[in-house]
Amino acid sequence: MTTYDVLFTLAGAISTGAAVLAVSTKHLVHSALWLVVALASLSGCYLVLGAEFVALVQLLVYVGAIVVLVLFALMLTRAPIGRSRDHDTPLPQRAAALVVGAATAALLSAVLISAFGNDAITVRGGSTHVLASQIFGTWVWPFELLSALLLIALVAALALSRMPIGRRDDSEADAR
Amino acid sequence: MAGDIVEIVLRAVCVLAAFLVLPLLVGQTEHKVMAHMQGRLGPMEAGGFHGWAQLVADGIKFSQKEDIVPLAADKRVFRIAPALGIVSYLFALAVIPLGPHTVGADVPGSLVWVLAVGGIGTVGTLMAGWGSGNKYSLLGGLRTAAQLVSYELPLILACASFAIAAGSLSLVGIAHAWTPWWLLWQLPGALVFLVAATAELQRPPFDMPVADSELVMGPYTEYTGLRFALFLLAEYAGIVVMSLLLGVLYLGGWTGPFDHQIGWLWTLLKGAIFAVLIIWIRVAWPRLREDQLQRVAWLGLVPLALLQLAITAIGVVVTSR
Repeated sequence: MTTYDVLFTLAGAISTGAAVLAVSTKHLVHSALWLVVALASLSGCYLVLGAEFVALVQLLVYVGAIVVLVLFALMLTRAPIGRSRDHDTPLPQRAAALVVGAATAALLSAVLISAFGNDAITVRGGSTHVLASQIFGTWVWPFELLSALLLIALVAALALSRMPIGRRDDSEADAR
Repeated sequence: MAGDIVEIVLRAVCVLAAFLVLPLLVGQTEHKVMAHMQGRLGPMEAGGFHGWAQLVADGIKFSQKEDIVPLAADKRVFRIAPALGIVSYLFALAVIPLGPHTVGADVPGSLVWVLAVGGIGTVGTLMAGWGSGNKYSLLGGLRTAAQLVSYELPLILACASFAIAAGSLSLVGIAHAWTPWWLLWQLPGALVFLVAATAELQRPPFDMPVADSELVMGPYTEYTGLRFALFLLAEYAGIVVMSLLLGVLYLGGWTGPFDHQIGWLWTLLKGAIFAVLIIWIRVAWPRLREDQLQRVAWLGLVPLALLQLAITAIGVVVTSR
């Protein structure tokens, strides 16, 4: 066991624990905050693996932007302080989520174990230069496709928000 | 090995000392500069000479106050929130270089690091706004979130422009690549950075989240004593971080006459210029309205930052041929 192993295990354990708490807590906003812990410790995992840029971008995008948006949406709609049961899911849905989650975990670990078994793998290639040449070289087309997809989503959201909403008012006026 | 540990501890202590002293200096400068701009004297009593100990006295006063947690608050979130804001700026300050070797921790991607840890502070303010169990705090928290999400984009784009111009993500590398041409070439980016940084710090005229005439004190309404002081310290630490960052990015950090001997002094001076500028902005402009605030970000700063990015890219391609 090297220091890296210990740190990686620690970050992974914190991430897993926080993720479990995020879906199991009865406090709505706490679940978003546990998500912050989970995502931040995941970036710790990347950092231990030497992918510094990925770790920082994970922090920048997920903690700095996405969770802030989630919190914003929660606070804008409904964010009670204390325990709440308004948003509890029915039991079958929970069971289904558990099955899907367990199946994904089993699939991933089966693939990883069958591919690497107990061998120690030296991790390299996470540096910023390698990452850049991979993204803008080998994977440039998927990357560009993804950015186009995001752009389309952005434009579509703008179009939706700009749609004329007078029609509903008209029908209400007719009803009167 | 033991030497390494001693060095790490020493560096951490130095960063912590800078983190505790520099914000107080900026705070005192604000007291005096703002007072003289408004035809007042500012603090004159504490400590004797021109009220130099005013903020020390403030700190002692804050530490004596009762630490109140409202009954309706989410106790744990309410207590943790101030710490997050402080810690994020402490982490940011640790990687900002004063000289080529005078840096708390020399991280390869230090520019991204500063931007990334800044996001943690945002979460702290949101936690304070929500956890207080107060409508004013909640509204302040909402405004904070909307403002920080809008202004983070131009800030990151401006930083990206500096990084592209230097061909490096490390602050030390960027300052090494700096040439006097940047003063002209990167001017729009620096303007965007300055405005976006003022908004990120929620300083006037971008202090909608703490607008005292509407929201009492926004997310910080329910805080008292040391926890409130921590939020104030975070604001001034933020000014220090942003000013030093802009000094390193746009004015070349330690570059200057005799920079082998007094390079760190140049960095501090350049940072001080921007700190005074941020204070001046506070005195000069009234508070923006919420919709004006969003308009400035999306219709003013983002296009300007994109334009700067294009100019930088063209410049880099042309000069590298």
